[in-house]
Amino acid sequence: MALDGGPEQAGHPAVRLRGVTKRFGAVLANDDVDLDIPQGAIHGIIGENGAGKSTLASIIYGLYAPDRGSMEIDGEAAPVRSPADAIARGVGMVHQHFMLVPTFTVLENIMLGMEGGFLLGQGEADIRARLASLSRQHGLEVDPDALVDDLPVGLRQRVEILRALFRGARILILDEPTGVLTPDETDQLFTILRGIRDAGGTVVLITHKLREVMAVCGTVSVMRHGRMVGRRETAETNTAELAELMVGRTVGQAERPAQSVVGTPVLRGAGLTWRSPGGTLRLREVGLELRAGEILAVAGVSGNGQSELLDLLSGLSGVQEGHVEFAGRRIDAAHPATPAEMRALGLAHVPEDRQRRGLVLPFEARENAVLGRPEKAGPGPWTSAAAMQAHAEPLFARFDIRPPDPKLPAAGFSGGNQQKIVLAREFDTVPAVLLLGQPTRGVDIGTVETIHAEVLALKERGSAILLVSTELDEILALADRIMVMNGGRVAGTVPAAGATARQLGLMMTGAGDGAAA
Amino acid sequence: MPEVWIDMLAVLDGTARLAAPLILCAMAGLVSERSGIVDIGLEGKLLAGAFAAAAAATLTGSPWAGLAASLAASVMLALVHGFACITHRGEQIVSGVAVNILALGMTVVVANALFRHGGHTPALGAHERFSAISLPLAETLREVPALGSLYAELVSGHNLLVYAAFLSVPLVWWLLWRTRFGLRLRAAGEMPEAVDSAGVPVSALRYRGVLIAGLLCGLAGAYLSIAHGAGFVREMSAGKGFLALAALIFGRWKPLPVLFACLLFGLLDTVAPRLQGVDLPLVGPVPVALVSVLPYAMTVVLLAGFFGRAVPPRALGRPFVKEH
Repeated sequence: MALDGGPEQAGHPAVRLRGVTKRFGAVLANDDVDLDIPQGAIHGIIGENGAGKSTLASIIYGLYAPDRGSMEIDGEAAPVRSPADAIARGVGMVHQHFMLVPTFTVLENIMLGMEGGFLLGQGEADIRARLASLSRQHGLEVDPDALVDDLPVGLRQRVEILRALFRGARILILDEPTGVLTPDETDQLFTILRGIRDAGGTVVLITHKLREVMAVCGTVSVMRHGRMVGRRETAETNTAELAELMVGRTVGQAERPAQSVVGTPVLRGAGLTWRSPGGTLRLREVGLELRAGEILAVAGVSGNGQSELLDLLSGLSGVQEGHVEFAGRRIDAAHPATPAEMRALGLAHVPEDRQRRGLVLPFEARENAVLGRPEKAGPGPWTSAAAMQAHAEPLFARFDIRPPDPKLPAAGFSGGNQQKIVLAREFDTVPAVLLLGQPTRGVDIGTVETIHAEVLALKERGSAILLVSTELDEILALADRIMVMNGGRVAGTVPAAGATARQLGLMMTGAGDGAAA
Repeated sequence: MPEVWIDMLAVLDGTARLAAPLILCAMAGLVSERSGIVDIGLEGKLLAGAFAAAAAATLTGSPWAGLAASLAASVMLALVHGFACITHRGEQIVSGVAVNILALGMTVVVANALFRHGGHTPALGAHERFSAISLPLAETLREVPALGSLYAELVSGHNLLVYAAFLSVPLVWWLLWRTRFGLRLRAAGEMPEAVDSAGVPVSALRYRGVLIAGLLCGLAGAYLSIAHGAGFVREMSAGKGFLALAALIFGRWKPLPVLFACLLFGLLDTVAPRLQGVDLPLVGPVPVALVSVLPYAMTVVLLAGFFGRAVPPRALGRPFVKEH
C-alpha cells in the first residue's frame, strides 16, 4: 500500500526547507524560503500569481534545482536533483497542467517509468491489479483502458493523483488543482485529499483560492513576491487576514454600485447553434440579450461553449444557425459580419487568451495598443511612432501599466500588465458592447481590483458587457444577471442578487434548474 | 507458366528491391520522429552511408567492412543532428537540412580525394558486395506451380539487406509498442514533460531514438552502394530519403501502414519505366514524369486532409526545455 510504512519519526516535519533561493534571469522566484510541512496533515501554500508557489513546488519535486538552500524529507537531508529522486523519497506531484500523455491509455500513463520489466507484458497484470486496489481504497474510480484524451478534466486529475500514489507517494503536492473543476468536483477532490490524510499521508495544496484553504487545510503558509511572509493555523485566522498577507495591504472589494437603471437591449442573439469544423456540436440554441449599462456574466466550467459564444458574437467565427441582431444589423448565415465590421458597429472584445489572441507578444506595447484601431497608428496607411506613443501614454497612465514604457515589447510585461494593455485598448472608446473573456485570469489580486473598478466604470457609462469567467467569485462580484452554460446550452439565467455559488454550481453540472430572468 | 504471372513476379520483385531502402529509411524516421525529433536528414544519412560503404568495400575488399563504415558514417551524422537538436535545442528542420547539405558535399569531396574518379568510387566486384542469397529449397520448389515460383523468384534470391529491411518493420513495431523503451520513447514524442515528471530523462531517450535512426539509415546506405548497386555514384540517394519521409507521413507514423506506403512508392517506381511509351486506351502515351511525381502528390493530398488526418506525434519538433 502506498501510504503506510513511511518513517514515523515524531516531530520531524514531512518536508523542511531552509533558505531556498531560485532565480530565473532577472526574476527572483524564491527568495530565502523557509518552510515546514507537518506530517499527516493538509498544508496550504497560498500566494498571488507569480508569488513563487509553483516554483517552490517544482523545487521540492526536483523539476528545478534551487540556486541555494537545503531540503529535508522526514528529517533526513534530501538533495532532490530530479523527479526520480523525489519519487524515491515518497514525494508525488499533481501538476497544474496535467503531465499525462493524451494518446496513451490510463494504464500506460500510470506505468510510464514503472513498467516492471523490459517487456510491457511482464508487469501489466500486476500493475492492473495494484491500480484497481488503489482506486478502490481512495475512491478514485477510472477505466484503466480509456484513452486519456477522451477523459474529462476531472477524471484526468484522478489519473494524476493515482499516478502519484502508484509511485508510492506519501507526500502529495497539488498545484492549483481546482482551477479546472466544478464546485462539485472540488468537493469530491477535497474528500479524496482528506482520505489520503486520514491514511497517514501528507498533502500540500497550492492555490490562490482562500476559501479552499480555509475549507480543507489545517495550516497554511503565505507567499508574496517569492518570500514566505506568514504561517497560520486555519482555525485561528480568516480570509481577510490571509488576503492581506498575500497582497501586503488591505484588499477591498470594488464598490458594487446599486443596480443601475436597466437600459435598452443592444445586442440580441437567438437560436445560435454552432458546430466545430470537426462536426462537434459546441453551441445549442443559445439565446441572449445584452442591455446597455448591464453586465451579463456567463458562468460554466470551461469548455462548455463559452469560448465559442465569444467567437461567434465577435465575428471571429461565422453564424451557422440562428441570428444576432446588433446596431440595426441582422447577422445570420446568409449575412455574415467580419470582426472588423463588428468593431465598426461598436463592439469591443477582450479575448480569453490574451497572449495568443489579445496581443502580439514580440511587438511593442504601443503597437499592441493600436491593433484593430488603425486610425490611431498614424496618418493613412503609414504608421508613426510618435502617433502611437501619443496614443499609448495616456492609456498607460490611466491603467497604471508598469513599467510605464510603451516602447517595451508586450512580452516584457507581467501577466497582469499585459491584460491591462489589452483592456486599455478595448476600453479606450466606450463600446456599445464589450465582450470580456476571463479578464482576471492569471492576474494578481491587486490588479484584479483595478480591473474590476474599470469594468464597473465602463458599465456606468452605458456599455453592455458580456463577461465570461470561470471564477464564480468574480461573477458574483460584478454581474447583474448570470447565464449558466452547460454542454453548449444555456442551463438558465438568474439575477445576480441572491444567486449563490452552490446554486450556480448545480446548474453548471446540469443538476439544477434555472428560472428565466 | 503464363506470361502475365512472370511479368507480375518481375514487377513485385522489382518493387521489393526499390522499396528496401525506403523501408529502412522510413523506419529510421519513424523511430526518430516518435521520440519527437524531426528527421529531414534521412537523405543525407543515406547518402553518407552509401559513400562510406562503397569506399570501405573498395579499400578493404570486404562488404562487411563496407557495412560497418556505412553504419558509422550514418550514426555520426545522426549524432550531429542529436547534438544540435537535443543538447542544444536547435531548430530541427535547419539541422536536418544542414546534415543533407553536408553529406551532399562531403561525399563528392572525399570521393575525389580518395579515388580521383569524378566523385564516384571504382566499380565493385562481386565478392566486395552483398550478393543474392538463395533460400533453402528454392530450386527444388521452383517447379511447383504458382507458389513454387513465387517462393523462388520473389521470396528467395535477394541480398541480405533486403531481408533486413523487411525484418526491420516487425522489429520496430515490437520495440516501440511492446517494450518499456518503446513506451517511454513514444511518450517523449507526445508529451516529454510527462516522461520527465515520471523520473525518466528525456534527452537520453531522444538520443537513443536518433541513434537507431542512424543505424537503420546506415543499412539503407550500404544497400544502395554495395548490395543493390556496385559502387558509389554522386547524389546516388536521388531523393529516396525524402520519399521515405513522405511514406512516413503517408503511413501516419505507424509501422505497417508505412511499410505499405513504401511498397506502393516502390511499385510506382518499378512500373514507371515499364510504362514508358505505352499507349493506354483513352489516356494516350503515359507521361512517365507524372508517375514519378505521384508519391509526392499523394503525400500532399494526404497532408491536405483528404484521406483523414495525419496526426504527427504531438511534441514533434519541439525541443524539451526543462527550466523556463
